[in-house]
Amino acid sequence: MLEIGIAHYLTLAAILFTIGVFGIFLNRRNIIIILMSIELMLLAVNINFVTFSAHLGDLTGQIFTMFTLTVAAAEAAIGLAILVIFFRRQGSIAVEDVSHLKG
Amino acid sequence: MIAAFTFYMFATILTLSALMVITARNPVHSVLFLILAFFNAAGLFILLGAEFVAMILVIVYVGAVAVLFLFVVMMLDINFAELRKGALGYTPLGLILGAVLLSELVVLYGAWQAPALPASMPMAENVTNTAQIGLVLYTHYALAFQASGLILLVAMIGAIVLTLRERSGVRRQKVDAQVARTIDESMSVRQVPTGKGVSLDA
Repeated sequence: MLEIGIAHYLTLAAILFTIGVFGIFLNRRNIIIILMSIELMLLAVNINFVTFSAHLGDLTGQIFTMFTLTVAAAEAAIGLAILVIFFRRQGSIAVEDVSHLKG
Repeated sequence: MIAAFTFYMFATILTLSALMVITARNPVHSVLFLILAFFNAAGLFILLGAEFVAMILVIVYVGAVAVLFLFVVMMLDINFAELRKGALGYTPLGLILGAVLLSELVVLYGAWQAPALPASMPMAENVTNTAQIGLVLYTHYALAFQASGLILLVAMIGAIVLTLRERSGVRRQKVDAQVARTIDESMSVRQVPTGKGVSLDA
């Protein structure tokens, strides 16, 4: 219990990932919280990467974490930009209103 | 002992603030708890010896992404109480799914054995974590590094193009029209009759 090993970090990341998945279900209509839940899941993945990197003595995990951060930042910027123009058009951000592209 | 205590402290606060992110009534509180979660994750990264990634996490997430969320939440006038209505119907399904996912992951981590592979990118001896990353990021991963820069450029241009809008009825400065003016079309000499004035239209 007092010896912190790889299993502790991996379990923490698993809990965090599960909270992220659950957040999508809990706030199914609010796309801002859904985006934040996705950020939480990406953070859990990053914790996994860095944990394995530290325990295997391999730098690849830390390098890959930086690329994940890049993609997460780009995703947040584009997602929020789409959210802003959708709100301007529709006056609401409820997820079920987003059905105009159905064809 | 101290390392274990620090780990449990960061892990507890991280988990609790992540829970607050998804359950808070006010989205501004959600964003603030997200920032707290990122700070605690950065603390865990420092415990793992990855100082550079921890600092990058604070700069990128707290400095850029979380502030972006905060701006959007505060600038859009959204009725959040309306959005909460009827959202509880999916909670049992979410709980079941989350429980299955978590138990599967924990069982997997319990059964997993670390393979005795040689490190593909071994850490250099006697240099700091930042120097280690710099030694491989600009040599072995140079192409991927450039590609990630390109992704950021595309995201930046995309966000600008998406949110730029032409409003009608706004007086903008038209530099080319101003520069292209000539004396002939902007000035005229009139003969004003005494006591009568002159019409500006003609």
